[in-house]
Amino acid sequence: MTNDFAIRVHDVSKRYRIGVRDSDHDTLVGKVISKLSRPIHNLRRLRSLSQFEPGQKAEDVIWALKDVSFDVRSGEVVGLIGSNGAGKSTLLKILSQITEPTGGRVEIRGRVSSLLEVGTGFHPELTGRENVFLNGAVLGMTRREIESKFEEIVEFAGVSRFIETPVKRYSSGMKVRLAFAVAAHLEPEILLVDEVLAVGDIAFQKKCLGKMDNVAKEGRTVIFVSHNIASITRLCSRAILLENGRAVMDGPAHEVASVYLNAGEGTAAFRQWDAAQAPGGDIARLRSVKVIDEDGEIAESIDIRRKVGIQIEFEVLKEGHELLPTFHVFNQEGLYLFPALDLDPVWRRRKRPRGVYKTTGWIPGNLLSEGIHLIQVALAAIHPFIPQFNEHSAVAFTVVDSTEGDSARGDFAQALGGAVRPRLEWSTVAELESGTTVGPVGLGVARTGK
Amino acid sequence: MSELSVATTIIEPRKGLINIRFRELWAYRELFLFFVWRDIKVRYAQSVLGIGWAVIQPVFSMIVFTVVFGNLAKLESDGQPYQVFSLAGLTLWSYFSTTLTDASGSLIKNSNMIQKIYFPRLIVPIASVLGKLVDFFLVLLVLLGLMAYYGIFPGAEAVVMVPLLVFMTMMAAAGAGMWLSSLAIQYRDINYGLHFGIQLLMYAAPVVYPLSYVPVQYRLLYGLNPMVGIIEGFRVSLLRTGPMPWDLIALSFVVSVALLASGATYFRNKERVFADVV
Repeated sequence: MTNDFAIRVHDVSKRYRIGVRDSDHDTLVGKVISKLSRPIHNLRRLRSLSQFEPGQKAEDVIWALKDVSFDVRSGEVVGLIGSNGAGKSTLLKILSQITEPTGGRVEIRGRVSSLLEVGTGFHPELTGRENVFLNGAVLGMTRREIESKFEEIVEFAGVSRFIETPVKRYSSGMKVRLAFAVAAHLEPEILLVDEVLAVGDIAFQKKCLGKMDNVAKEGRTVIFVSHNIASITRLCSRAILLENGRAVMDGPAHEVASVYLNAGEGTAAFRQWDAAQAPGGDIARLRSVKVIDEDGEIAESIDIRRKVGIQIEFEVLKEGHELLPTFHVFNQEGLYLFPALDLDPVWRRRKRPRGVYKTTGWIPGNLLSEGIHLIQVALAAIHPFIPQFNEHSAVAFTVVDSTEGDSARGDFAQALGGAVRPRLEWSTVAELESGTTVGPVGLGVARTGK
Repeated sequence: MSELSVATTIIEPRKGLINIRFRELWAYRELFLFFVWRDIKVRYAQSVLGIGWAVIQPVFSMIVFTVVFGNLAKLESDGQPYQVFSLAGLTLWSYFSTTLTDASGSLIKNSNMIQKIYFPRLIVPIASVLGKLVDFFLVLLVLLGLMAYYGIFPGAEAVVMVPLLVFMTMMAAAGAGMWLSSLAIQYRDINYGLHFGIQLLMYAAPVVYPLSYVPVQYRLLYGLNPMVGIIEGFRVSLLRTGPMPWDLIALSFVVSVALLASGATYFRNKERVFADVV
C-alpha cells in the first residue's frame, strides 16, 4: 500500500453550546413569574445541550473544531500544539469516539487506545491487582494480554508489596505509577495521548517520556497532545498547530513549535518599556530586550545547535561613565547557569556619550540544555559602581533539541537531564582481539580496516 | 478484541435511527464482565454485614408488610401465610426495583469513564442488571427456606417458569434502565423522581395484595405494568396459589420486549451526546 494512512481526518467540525447568562428580572412580579416558569426554562436549556435548531441564537454556540483535515501515516508520531481552547482535546475525543463530530468524517485503521488521563476506571475499593485487570480491560486489553504482562506491569510501577491492598490506601504517586504502568503496556496500533505527563514528579515524568520514545520507535502511530513543547519537538517528527478550532499549520515539529511560540504580539522573547516606566537610574535606562536568532529575528524557540543572541537596548541619559551591560541565564528549574558580561572592546574602559545603544551577547549553539531559559538583564556604571537597572525574567526562550543526530544527544532519543548540553569531541582507541588497532586518524594510530 | 484490529473505524455524524451493533457488544464482552464483577465486588465494600444487606432490605419489608397489611389490614394472601406470600412478591420486585435504580444512575456513576474512554455505552446499564442477580439469588434462597419452614413446596413447572420470569424481569429492567439512564444523564430529575416512582409502581403490582383484588375489567390494563404478570406467575409457580395467569405473562413478555427494544434504540440515539451533556 502506497497510501498507507492510519488516520484520515476530513473536514471535521464540532459544535458545542456554552452557557449564556440568563436575562434578569428587576421587578418583583417579573421575578416571581421567572421563578414559576423556571422548570420550562430549565427544560429548554437542558434540551438545548444536545439539540441545535436552525434559527436559534448563535451567540451561545462555539465551534470547538472547524473543518479540520489531515492524514496520519502508519507509524507517524504527530504532536498537536495549540493554546488552551484551541480544540486539541476535542479532536482527541473525536478520534477516540468519545464524542461525535458535528460534521466531517474520520477513518481510522487499526486498534486505537487513548490515554486521556491515566487511571480512568480505577476504583478505590478494588485492590491493585483487581484494578490492573479492570483498567486494562477499560483500555482495551484482553484478559490474556493482561495476565501475560501482569508481572511486568507491577514491576514497572514498583508497587508489588501493595498489590493486594485497595488502591484507596495508596499514595497518589503510587496510584499514578500503577495506572501509567498499565497504560504503558498497551499494544495498540494507534495511541492517543493527552497530557499524561502532567502528573507525577520529575523523575516519573522522565520515565514516562522514555516509555513514549519506545512506543514511537516500535512503529506505532501516536497522536500526542501536550503543553510541553520540548517533549513534543523531541518525540514528534511532525506537528499540527490548532488555533480557534482550525488547523493553521502542519509540518515538521520544530518549525510548528517555533511558530506557535512566536505567535502573537505578547511574545516572551521581546519586551520593551515606555520611557515613563522603564527601569533605570540617572545615567541609563532600559528600553527593550530581545531574544534573536542568527538572522536577527525575534525567536522564542531556538534549535539547540544554533546560537542565540540576547539584545539589550538602553539609553544613556548622562555622559561620562563607563557602563557594563550584563545578562544572567537561568533554566526552568530556576538554576543560575551563568553570567555574561559585555566584553565589546569598542566600549570597554571608555566613557560613553549620550545616545541609544544596542548590545548583543551571543550564547553559542550546543551549550544550553533543552527547555525554557529565563534571562535577567542588568546594567551598572563602574568606577565607581552605580547600579542602573536589574530586571529579573526580562525575556524567555525555549531551547529545542533535535533528533537529527548532530546535536549532543546524537541518536539517543530518551529524556536527558542536565543544566547544560555541550557537544564534546569524542575519540576511541580500540585494540581488537584480531590484533588490529582502530583509532582516530591524527593521534599517531593508523586506521586499519578489515 | 482482535476483531476490531483489522477493521477500519469510520467516525462521522450519525443520522436517522441507529442500529444496535451486536457484534461490537460481543467484542466488548470482557469489559462487560469486568463491569459486572466490579459492581458486585464494590457494592458492599467496607460494610460489616456485606452482602447481607441484599437480604435485609426485602426481609424487613416483608416483616413490615406482614404486620401492616397481613395482621392489621388483614389482606388476603391466596391461602398461604402472608409472610411467604409477600416475600414471594418482593423477591422479583426488589430485584426489579434495585436494578432499575442502579441502571438509571449507572451512566452518571461512570461519567468519568464516559468522558475519557470509548466503549459501547450499552454495556453500562446491562451490567447493572446482571450485577444485581447475585442479590436476587440470595433473597430467593431465603424465600425457599421460609417456604420449607411452612411446608410449601414449588410445583415442577417452577424449574422452567422461574428462569423465564427472571429473564423477563431482566429485559424489562434493562429496557426501562436504558430509557431512564439516557434521560438522567441530561436531566437529573430522573434520579430524584425515580425513588418515588418505584414506590408507587410497587402498589401497581400484586406485591402486597393478591391479584384477585383487581376488578376483572381492569385486569389487562393493570397487566401493562410488566411486573404484574411476572410477579403473579412467579408466585403461582412457587406457591401454587392458583392457575398460571398465561394472559398476563404473555402481556408482560410483550411489554418487556417492547421496553427493551425501544430503550436500546433510544439509548443508542442519545449515546452520541452523552459525553457532551453529562
